[in-house]
Amino acid sequence: METSDAELKVLMIAALDGDGGAYRALLGDLRLRLAAYFGQRLRRDPDDVEDLVQDTLIAIHTRRATYDRGQSLTPWVYAIARYKLIDHYRRSGRRVFVPLDDAAGELRVADQSAVADARRDVEKALASLPKRTRALLRDLKIDELSVAETAARAGMSEGAVKVAAHRGLRALIDRFAGPGTSHD
Amino acid sequence: MTEELIDHLSRDLRPARKGAVAGRLAAALVVGLAVALAGVALSLGLRPDLARATADRMFWMKLAYAGAYAAVGLFCVERLARPVGAAGSRLRWLVAPALVIVLIAILQLARAPAAQVRHLVMGDSAMICPWIIAATSAPLLIALIWAVRGLAPTRLRLAGALVGLTAGGFGAVIYCLHCPEVGAPFVAIWYSLGILLPCAIGALAGPRLLRW
Repeated sequence: METSDAELKVLMIAALDGDGGAYRALLGDLRLRLAAYFGQRLRRDPDDVEDLVQDTLIAIHTRRATYDRGQSLTPWVYAIARYKLIDHYRRSGRRVFVPLDDAAGELRVADQSAVADARRDVEKALASLPKRTRALLRDLKIDELSVAETAARAGMSEGAVKVAAHRGLRALIDRFAGPGTSHD
Repeated sequence: MTEELIDHLSRDLRPARKGAVAGRLAAALVVGLAVALAGVALSLGLRPDLARATADRMFWMKLAYAGAYAAVGLFCVERLARPVGAAGSRLRWLVAPALVIVLIAILQLARAPAAQVRHLVMGDSAMICPWIIAATSAPLLIALIWAVRGLAPTRLRLAGALVGLTAGGFGAVIYCLHCPEVGAPFVAIWYSLGILLPCAIGALAGPRLLRW
C-alpha cells in the first residue's frame, strides 16, 4: 500500500513534464502523508490540519519547478510541509526554534513540534496568572534574568520580586498539579 | 475540499520549466549587475587606467577575491533557494577565499618596508571602501531577494545571509573597476567588510523578505 519514494518520484517527474494524471495520483498520495504528518503535530485541530494540507499542496504546485530531479522527492515535500508548519506556528504567535542543520528533516520536526507543544502549555499556564506575576515569572524563569534584573525591570524591590514569584509558582502548582501535591 | 483542490491543480497542468532556479537567479543577476555597473560608472567613474591596470597582478587578485565570494555565494544560494536546502558542504567553501587573501596579506606585510605598512592596510580609501561596496551591491541584493523569494527557500535567515554575501561579492567585483587600491591587506580588511555588510543585512531581512 505504501508507495515508495522512487515511485512518487516517477510520478513527480511525469507531472513536471505535464502529465495531469500522474500529478493527480501524486497529490492524492501526498495528501494522505501530509495529513498524517500534520495530524501528528497538531492533534488538537482537525481544521488546521486540513488547511495546512491544502496550503502545502498549493505550495508544492506553485514551487514545483524548485524540485531537483536528481534528488529524492519526499525530503523536498517534507521540507515544504515543515516550512508551512513553522509558518503556521509563527502566525499563531508562537516563537519556534528552527534547527540550523537537518539532515534528518522529518525526525527533527518531531522534536520541534514537541518544543512548540511545551511552549504552548507553558503559555497557557502562565495566562492563568495576573499580568504582573506573569511578567515576573517570564523574566525569571523563561528569560532567566537574575532577581536583581527582574526587580529593576518591574520597578520592585528584590524581596518583593522573590515573594511574588514564589506565590505565582505556588499558584501554578496548585492549579496544574492538582490538589494533594500542595505543600501547605 | 482537498479533493477539489487536487482536481483543480491537476487539470490543465502545464509542464514545469527545467532549470527554473538557475534561470531566475541568472535573470536577477543580469539586471542587478547592469544597475550596479551603471551606478559605479556614472557616479564614481571607472578607473582611468583600467586598461593598464589589467596588467597588474593586484587588480586580478582583488577581482578574484570578490569573484570568489560572488561564485561561492551563488553556489550556496542555488541550494538554499530550494526546500531541504542543506547547503553544508557548499558553505564550507566560504572559508577558502578568506584564508587565501589573509595569507597573501601577511606575506605582503612581512616583505614590505615599515614605512609602507600603513599604506598597504589603509590605502587612500579605507573609510569609504566598505560603504561603497555595500551601496554597489544594493541593486544586486534587491534583485536576488526578488529571485529567491519566488523560489522556495525554507531557511530564510541563512538564505538571506548568503543572498547578501553573493550580492556583496558581485558588488565588490563591480567596484574593482573603479577602486585603485593595491594592498592585499587593504582588500582582506575593507573589501571583506564591504561584502559582509550586505551579508548582515540579508541575514537580518531574510526572515521577513524571503517569506512566501
